[in-house]
Amino acid sequence: MKKTYIAPNIERNYAGNMNKYGAKSVVRHQDNIDGVPIKEIVEQFGSPVLVLSESVIRRRYRRMQDVMQMHYPNIQQAWSYKTNYLGAVCNIYHQEGSIAEVVSGMEYDMARRLGIPGKDIIFNGPGKRAEDLQKAVKEGARIHIDHLDELYLLEKVARELKIIPNVAIRVNMDTGISPQWSRFGFNYENGEALRAIQRLVSGKAMKLSGLHTHIGTFILDAQAYYYAAKALLDLAQKVKDELHVVLDYIDLGGGFASQNTLLGSYTPGEFASPSIDHYAQAIGDAFNESQFVRDHDPQLVLETGRALIDEAGTMISSVIGKKNLPTGERAIILDAGVNTMITAWWYKLKVTPTRPFPGAYQNTVFYGPLCMNIDVVRNAVPFPDLYTGETVLISPAGAYNNTQWMQFIEYRPPVVLITETGKLELLRAREELSDIIEREFIPEHLRNI
Amino acid sequence: MNVNKLQNLAMNDNGFIFDPNTGYSYTANETGILILRKLASGLDKDGVRTAVREIYEVSEDNFNSDFEHYMLMLESLDMIEF
Ligand SMILES: Cc1ncc(COP(=O)(O)O)c(C=O)c1O
Repeated sequence: MKKTYIAPNIERNYAGNMNKYGAKSVVRHQDNIDGVPIKEIVEQFGSPVLVLSESVIRRRYRRMQDVMQMHYPNIQQAWSYKTNYLGAVCNIYHQEGSIAEVVSGMEYDMARRLGIPGKDIIFNGPGKRAEDLQKAVKEGARIHIDHLDELYLLEKVARELKIIPNVAIRVNMDTGISPQWSRFGFNYENGEALRAIQRLVSGKAMKLSGLHTHIGTFILDAQAYYYAAKALLDLAQKVKDELHVVLDYIDLGGGFASQNTLLGSYTPGEFASPSIDHYAQAIGDAFNESQFVRDHDPQLVLETGRALIDEAGTMISSVIGKKNLPTGERAIILDAGVNTMITAWWYKLKVTPTRPFPGAYQNTVFYGPLCMNIDVVRNAVPFPDLYTGETVLISPAGAYNNTQWMQFIEYRPPVVLITETGKLELLRAREELSDIIEREFIPEHLRNI
Repeated sequence: MNVNKLQNLAMNDNGFIFDPNTGYSYTANETGILILRKLASGLDKDGVRTAVREIYEVSEDNFNSDFEHYMLMLESLDMIEF
């Protein structure tokens, strides 16, 4: 019998080529998700397929709730729809007790479709239209005001409808991190936020119930949340002292980092990203130091997105072919490219083989099926030799993926949930031609060719 | 193809290779070593192909692409010249 073949490989040895985590990056294989064999998932749903784990989603939500409560008990989470707005996913969070955080009229409609009452919807975003505001005011949503023109518009809408809406002001500030997301909301340091609040209160058309900030996304410095919380609590105290309005809640937005590794980051995300405990500690410190908190026990709202769901998602993808690049690297062409793994543009995604491999690894680049240079799912990773038809896992893929993916030259893949009992449930079917052309029209004179 | 430089290499079965002329050392896997030995012994590319496929279970297409790639690696490491 002949021996098992492995592709020939050679590398020059360098003194000191070890990184700080060890000499060799060991590529471990994973042949199942939550105990369900990858083979079985692909047989049933094809490839590529995005798989979400209900257990991981629930576990991470509960962990966030528990850890935050250890530091400050009055906490309410609001699921950030944009991170993943599949109805089933939102409902898992709603079952767990989360309210909804939406940033557009479309997301607002999605939350209403799931039966979320207006009072349990936080309406953020800089692009609310008059008709969005009318609906939100009528249904009693919590509207977070982003800029002055929106304030004036909302005031007008509220007066016309003779309803006093519950609103919050979005604040931006310097928390020591960059980039500073100063294009959203009113600035804290230069007094703009306080002036907007004065204007809002004197208009008497709305009830100011909270303050909101979202300092950015993938914030690697937990301490930034201490400064953000402190700034909002100081502002709440000032609003009470000067305007005699006592706020009900402080909303610190989202932005906690997931375990993904940012492009350009040498340190893997598992090491670089703070844990939920670090963020909770920083926020808890600011709350527990605050006189306003001692007097009024405001609700702390968090709109965490990616840190809750990123690790719950895995893209299963298959090898279409491979080729050797003039650089000496091996290139693998996958059936899922940046069209379906759009987060490859800012993450060094993890690619994992689904069976064990003998032998050495070789630097490998993973491309997608698009005929474009930008279609790189993962650059330069030591990987065993793969053949056509084999599957790999691309992860984490739970956050911002199926909300931002593109329908460019390909049908988008199905999304499947592995339930807590290990059942496979289809959440979104693979697209087909009718999905793409359904809203298209061909004028009469262009019908015959 | 010039394989003179390969003839001076010290190789062991664990995949360790030392080049006394340059002082560089290399690590290769089992098939990598086999190919180096076959090339150093004077086999041409077709000869190497046959030799490898006699020992290992691999289709011609799969091996050819890997082999071409490996040759490019050897060239870029300055171990062979075309
Ligand atoms: C207002 C608001 N809240 C929450 C989030 C969720 O952020 P993340 O996924 O970084 O936690 C975002 C994302 O951009 C946002 O803009």
